[in-house]
Amino acid sequence: MSKVAEQIPTEEMEHPVAPYLRMDRIPHIWCPTCGIGTVVRCYADALEHSKIDLDKVAIVSGIGCTGRVAGYMRLDAFHTTHGRAIPFATGLKLGRPELLVTVFSGDGDLVGIGGNHFIHAARRNLDILVILVNNFIYGMTGGQNAPTTPTTARTSTMPFGNFERPFNLPHLAESCGATYVARWTSLHIRRLTKSFREAISRKGFRFVEVIAPCATLYARLNKLGTGFNLMRFYHDNAVIDHGADTRDLDISFQDRIICGKFVDKERPTYSEMMHEHYRNALGDKFVPLPEEGGMIRDTGEKPDSKGKKPAKSQKRKASASKSSRK
Amino acid sequence: MKTDPSGVLTGQHYLDGDHACGEGAMAAGCRFVAGYPITPSTEVVERISRRFPMMGGTFIQMEDEMASMAAIIGASWTGTKSMTVTSGPGFSLMMENIGLAAMMETPCVIVNVQRGGPSTGLPTNVGQADMMQARWGSHGDYEIIALSPQSPQEAFDVMIDAFNLSEIYRVPVMVMTDECVGHMTEKVVIPKAEDIEIVPRKLTDKPPGEFWPYVADRNMIPEFARAGDGYRFHSTGLTHNERGYPVMSAECQQECVTRLVDKIRLNAEDIVRFEEEDIDGADVVLVTYGITARVARRGIDIARNKGVKVGVIRLIVVWPFPERHIRELAPKIKAFVVPEINYGQIVLEVERCAAGQTLTVLVPHMGGTVHDPEDIANAILEAAK
Ligand SMILES: Cc1ncc(C[n+]2csc(CCOP(=O)(O)OP(=O)(O)O)c2C)c(N)n1
Ligand code: SF4
Ligand SMILES: [Mg+2]
Repeated sequence: MSKVAEQIPTEEMEHPVAPYLRMDRIPHIWCPTCGIGTVVRCYADALEHSKIDLDKVAIVSGIGCTGRVAGYMRLDAFHTTHGRAIPFATGLKLGRPELLVTVFSGDGDLVGIGGNHFIHAARRNLDILVILVNNFIYGMTGGQNAPTTPTTARTSTMPFGNFERPFNLPHLAESCGATYVARWTSLHIRRLTKSFREAISRKGFRFVEVIAPCATLYARLNKLGTGFNLMRFYHDNAVIDHGADTRDLDISFQDRIICGKFVDKERPTYSEMMHEHYRNALGDKFVPLPEEGGMIRDTGEKPDSKGKKPAKSQKRKASASKSSRK
Repeated sequence: MKTDPSGVLTGQHYLDGDHACGEGAMAAGCRFVAGYPITPSTEVVERISRRFPMMGGTFIQMEDEMASMAAIIGASWTGTKSMTVTSGPGFSLMMENIGLAAMMETPCVIVNVQRGGPSTGLPTNVGQADMMQARWGSHGDYEIIALSPQSPQEAFDVMIDAFNLSEIYRVPVMVMTDECVGHMTEKVVIPKAEDIEIVPRKLTDKPPGEFWPYVADRNMIPEFARAGDGYRFHSTGLTHNERGYPVMSAECQQECVTRLVDKIRLNAEDIVRFEEEDIDGADVVLVTYGITARVARRGIDIARNKGVKVGVIRLIVVWPFPERHIRELAPKIKAFVVPEINYGQIVLEVERCAAGQTLTVLVPHMGGTVHDPEDIANAILEAAK
């Protein structure tokens, strides 16, 4: 046994973010020096310091290496289909408005296959926090081109270098209506955590892009070393420019990465606009879906009946399908 | 429009099938609808979007049908009864997430007001050619439940059943109606709210520490926990164990998928539902569903007037299929005749269950209109020879 192991009683020590993780699923599937884990840690830290009721926090991921995040968080957590985390989250949020819903997924998932949902959720100012881990590539499937791959970078489907133009995501999010927009790299642990905390405390469509190393594919295909080398690159090339014009945030291959908080403003959320509009149009007749969900309970009052006694039918057993069965 | 506080529009009404379907959903307790406009289904969500703000429901018009389907799954995980409504092209786009709903065992309802396909096909005219897609459309093995109404009244009625069955079996339930029923206006009688039997979501009583989301009961159905109730559970479209955790092994696949299929197949006798008429002593039995069941009435009359003993099986639940019933009937009759507005879908199932014991005859019609009843009569007469 090594000296270190003798000195530290590792079994008794719990990692500070362990309560936020499904420790029974650790070890995770991510490669050594992958950046995703760091982002998870920052998110867990932000939850811890936000002092919010974790029972009311739900997380939704799509598919990809980043898409596995939902499966590791000890929250109500949904691992959905490729690209559809945002619409799934839309249903969760509107179905139980009191929930704090985070979408945590990859670049390919959220702005490739799921791009249409991204722009529409931002346009509606749906009240969700979207964390996008941008590793410039489709990691899970083996390093194919992404809508975020910098021009000239090599991917397995652009073996001679990417000739497409990538998205500038903060600009995309802002122009669609996001109320909070920030970008960091996985090197900026404290700033990223602070950004998550801030975003958690805001309302509306909040978007945090995190540039993170994919050591196994992006770094290897582009001969950039390991995740460690990419972190060093971020150290040398990340420029913090809060409030920068999002039009200027394009990322070129192995060029500077402008980070910071670019948008932080208030705009009525989808639900606020809906409620206000229906109150104006319908007055007292408007009955919103209850904060705790539109469930018609087994016993007790129907949430949508104003002070009406529980209906008898609620208690009866299902037999609609049996009544006329032959 | 006068409704009770729970939004049930009790009384006699003159409604088209689409509006009746929307009323049925609301009476069944549906409080979240996500949809994308498509003829001939749009009237369903138009009705709902007018009524929901006054009854505690939320309708959202999503950016496409993939989003609509994903959104209703998300909403269902809050315990809110949810549905989406579409027609052929949108139904195709929903398929991947219908598989997710099946895999996550999410109660939800999908209404498909069928029109002529393939592709954009006949947007404003009738079809019944999505029947197999309803059952097999998403990849992998899973089972769903599908119902098919023949009238606006039945469109209302089957919506109640659809929501109830989705709650009991935790599957996506499809209401496979069609343009003709959707746009046909007839009398619809809606009972009082207390006379409508609705199945609430069966929530677990277990405390959070003891709850695993995919431990099945004797009926093979797991208990449900809502997002936001403190259970902090995980649900995934990946093959998973009883905890809801992904396990990439043949053993787990075997266990997980077998139950998804068997919870419907082994409970099929409790789910199947059909109407029978004059089966005893019949020479020819018509197997029919949806609007075609009504069009066939005329063909049956013609054939009966010419002396043929015609029996009828009208499917209300189409999937699961009344397999045993067809198998037992097959050796007693000369032929099954199956008219449908497609080039042979449910007929394949009849043929499979008849297993060569009798003749099975398809009366195909490509859609755009309903059948000419004469064609159905002629097929019966021919089969009776
Ligand atoms: C409909 C569909 N198409 C394709 C795939 C295959 N697929 C899985 S993950 C993925 C890309 C994920 O990329 P990204 O979101 O950037 O995640 P990363 O792995 O880089 O974190 C693809 C194409 C799929 N699962 N579903
Ligand atoms: S393939 Fe890339 S993104 Fe995926 S876990 Fe490995 S390093 Fe991370
Ligand atoms: Mg990626």
